[in-house]
Amino acid sequence: MDFVNPRDFIPSEYKVIRNTDKCIGCRVCERQCANEVHHYDFDLKRMVADEQSCVACNRCVSICPTKALSIELNNYTYTPSANWSRKNINDVFEQAGTGSVLLASMGNPKDYPVYWDKILINASQVTNPSVDPLREPMETRTFLGKKPGKITRDERGNIVNNLTPQLTLDVPIMFSAMSYGSISYNAHESLARAAEALGTYYNTGEGGLHKDFYKFGKNTIVQVASGRFGVHKEYLEQGAAIEIKIGQGAKPGIGGHLPGAKIFGDVSKTRMIPEGVDAISPAPHHDIYSIEDLRQLVFSLKEATDYKKPVMVKIAAVHNVAAIASGVARGGADILVIDGFRGGTGAAPQMIRDNVGIPIELALASVDQRLREEGIRNNVSIVVAGSVRNAGDVVKAVALGADACYIGSSALMALGCHHCRNCHKAKCNWGIATQVPELVKRLNPNVGYKRLVNLVTAWNHEIKEMMGGMGINSLEALRGNRLMLRGVGLNEKELEILGIKHAGE
Amino acid sequence: MLKREGEIRIPSGCAISGMIAKDGAKQNGENIIKSIEIMHERSNGLGGGFAAYGIYPEFKDYYAFHIFYDGKYSKDKTDAYIETRFEIIKMEVIPTKDMKNITDRPLIWRYFLSPLEHIKKQKYLPDDDEYVFHCVTSINEKIDGAYVFSSGKNMGSFKAVGYPEDVGRFYKLEEYEGYCWTAHGRYPTNTPGWWGGAHPFCMLDTSVVHNGEISSYDTNRRAIEQFGYKCTLLTDTEAITYIVDYLVRQQGMTYEEASKVMAAPFWEVIDEMPNKDKELYTYLRNAYANFLITGPFSILVGYTGGLMALNDRLKLRSMVIGEKDNMVYLASEESAIRVVEPVLDKVWSPMGGEPVIVKVEEGKY
Amino acid sequence: MKRVYVNEKWCLGCHLCEYYCAFANSGVDDMAKALKNVEINPKIRVEGDNKVSFAVQCRHCDNPLCVKGCISGALTKGDDGIVRVNQDKCVGCFTCVLSCPYGCITPSGTGVIQKCELCTQNGMEPACVQGCPNQAIVYEER
Repeated sequence: MDFVNPRDFIPSEYKVIRNTDKCIGCRVCERQCANEVHHYDFDLKRMVADEQSCVACNRCVSICPTKALSIELNNYTYTPSANWSRKNINDVFEQAGTGSVLLASMGNPKDYPVYWDKILINASQVTNPSVDPLREPMETRTFLGKKPGKITRDERGNIVNNLTPQLTLDVPIMFSAMSYGSISYNAHESLARAAEALGTYYNTGEGGLHKDFYKFGKNTIVQVASGRFGVHKEYLEQGAAIEIKIGQGAKPGIGGHLPGAKIFGDVSKTRMIPEGVDAISPAPHHDIYSIEDLRQLVFSLKEATDYKKPVMVKIAAVHNVAAIASGVARGGADILVIDGFRGGTGAAPQMIRDNVGIPIELALASVDQRLREEGIRNNVSIVVAGSVRNAGDVVKAVALGADACYIGSSALMALGCHHCRNCHKAKCNWGIATQVPELVKRLNPNVGYKRLVNLVTAWNHEIKEMMGGMGINSLEALRGNRLMLRGVGLNEKELEILGIKHAGE
Repeated sequence: MLKREGEIRIPSGCAISGMIAKDGAKQNGENIIKSIEIMHERSNGLGGGFAAYGIYPEFKDYYAFHIFYDGKYSKDKTDAYIETRFEIIKMEVIPTKDMKNITDRPLIWRYFLSPLEHIKKQKYLPDDDEYVFHCVTSINEKIDGAYVFSSGKNMGSFKAVGYPEDVGRFYKLEEYEGYCWTAHGRYPTNTPGWWGGAHPFCMLDTSVVHNGEISSYDTNRRAIEQFGYKCTLLTDTEAITYIVDYLVRQQGMTYEEASKVMAAPFWEVIDEMPNKDKELYTYLRNAYANFLITGPFSILVGYTGGLMALNDRLKLRSMVIGEKDNMVYLASEESAIRVVEPVLDKVWSPMGGEPVIVKVEEGKY
Repeated sequence: MKRVYVNEKWCLGCHLCEYYCAFANSGVDDMAKALKNVEINPKIRVEGDNKVSFAVQCRHCDNPLCVKGCISGALTKGDDGIVRVNQDKCVGCFTCVLSCPYGCITPSGTGVIQKCELCTQNGMEPACVQGCPNQAIVYEER
């Protein structure tokens, strides 16, 4: 029996509601719960639940053949306070008991403004016809990379292609960096196959690239992060582009941490680190202490790959993001990735995830505007990440000035993730954020990749519908088209930063 | 209070017409007025204008500025600006005829100017055109109440609030002789109340008349403004004018190439092209993506020695071309051509995105 | 012919196929009604442990030993390749149970045998296939 110091006790967050009329005792909930919430009581001859370890991943709810289960928020209370929420109090209890940093995963759940939801999209009426995407071409192809400032001609006067290497996307959506290790082999396979089928790209994250996936190289972005895990010449050569990760929206200013428990077998081999050892990537790149160092790394990577691949630089959206972006744009990067503070993670200190960084909408608007003012917007393409939740968000991002979006959380949800935000516990019941073989195999990539293809295809249909409504038939004519956006319930300053008018203006 | 053009974006429909003599033969403005007049229904009295090429042969080496002033104060300020940057060959009020339908007229002046070499050098703008471009942009952006609406050599734009035929007579266009004329009748959705908003829009010798409302406006505007242009009027046509100027003058593209940027073929067409074309068109769509213009438009782009007609790639606006001997007529409606030239050798409608470029024979303009 | 195949790589050992099989063959339209407080006797069985598991059901062999050995003619292989049992003819000798190399024929509990008929008798795609949460069980031509 476990004896708990009463001060450490935190009531369960969730309640398992079982409709006993419907429960047939098949025990699938018991077999499928890695947190061991459910078990069959042979004396009582019925299923019972230990809710203390329930994370509300809803695996049991979804798989129950008679739909006898539901998870509810446990309605316990402390003396109510608008200041001391249940969560605030429980965090104190937990830390007083453990002396540890609070860990968290996925995106910032706190109630900060979501600017996407305060921006509305335009449509044509009378003066300009809307375009019907079912009857007319509607184009979402886009290119990422530096644009030349001038045309050049050959001796016969023909324009020659003087573009540096570019990425070609059939849809303005890519899968963001999620490392092999933080997510499973099967999740990676699903992402890679989906990227290939969709004509877009997925990103290795900082965990290296499993040799099995080299064949998806032309749809792969290989990441180089501060830990340099899994980075070698062959790895760099596999990708269509190389991404230098400076920061991540969920944890700006710190490096990654993959617990040793996730590092064995192929994960260890792919990362090129010993089994069972925590993979701790440093907070900064220790060869980048300033912008001129970044430039050197950008060109080292270009040199190493014969100038055949665009180099991307990913930064977290922080307070002076516009100035940093300008430095990156001048630093030789071909593509700039900005990751907003609501972006997801496989593990981050909760205080950092919940309190550091700025919203992607504001960061994007100010970066795009700043680069235009400096006349260097064409030096880089802008990719945004950090909570793009649906096609509406994509359209708004492009109209604010983004060239494309990265999606992470929504891609994982397509694979089954129910956003329980416990990736750091490595016991993902959906086979995504785990390395436990019995759990990993719950994600069959044949199923997973099709769901990703479905999701992005569906979004692309919606993007086309919205573009058509605006009378726009090509994505490039939406990019930076801020007149197509209006704010609702935003103050003057917010509107100014977003560069949009208020609805009704 | 109603906002003035430039403070608010005003969508509009329109009529356009143009005529050009391939042999450089000149005619006065009567025919172009007749042509635009028959499309009276397509405008609503809130804007009309003309561009004419070859009209100032005696001053053909000088930049002809046509400027609207709200009052003496803005003129004094502009004169001071111009005096320090140009040699003023001639300045005069543009002659007009009183018309009861043309009201609220600003001061309308014309200058023939030659850049001052030492100022040009001082500003590191060795190219005359670039220097003039810089000065025009500067006046329009910075001097309140002054608007340079024409700035090319041996050409001029004439525009006002009113029906185009009244505007033409107001400016006494029968007294000008040009080898190429374009005209515009405007149908804005609300009252612009300012003459600067009428067409054509000009930058140096490029003039644009335009029918349509482009959905890519803010993309195009924000892209072109990166290169020193200032879209002070918030109208589509202004942005299109600057894009043409940028692509042709600054980037050195042919009008044909520029048209393939502005009204690019669809990917489904490009993907089926022979490799060489495919590479070129893919290149143009990638490298100059922000200058793709979507939404309905038909435009006539006038320039020294030529005229280009272009439709949006879905052809959402009408455009008819008629040919008779050395004359080429381009208009929103066939009636506007037949009223001037009832018997034509050839009449056709160009496809969406297919430019029609008419050039005057070398040495004839 | 289309058969049910199981890929052990994706079998989670969740045993749901057994319950869907039992439900499909129960003749009842509600799963809870059909299976509540019932000890199921499905025609598909999951073998193995938590690490490696595998669902097993009739392979509808090209040369079925069960049909050869059936003494009453209750087991037949149809033109469609499906091995079926006529429970009215079955005498409950269980020769087939002994002869099936896969252990896929089981006593029904009513003195006769039962076996998978690919849900043809239920007028549907095999229930085990439809209910498998990980597409470990597929119904296809190979």
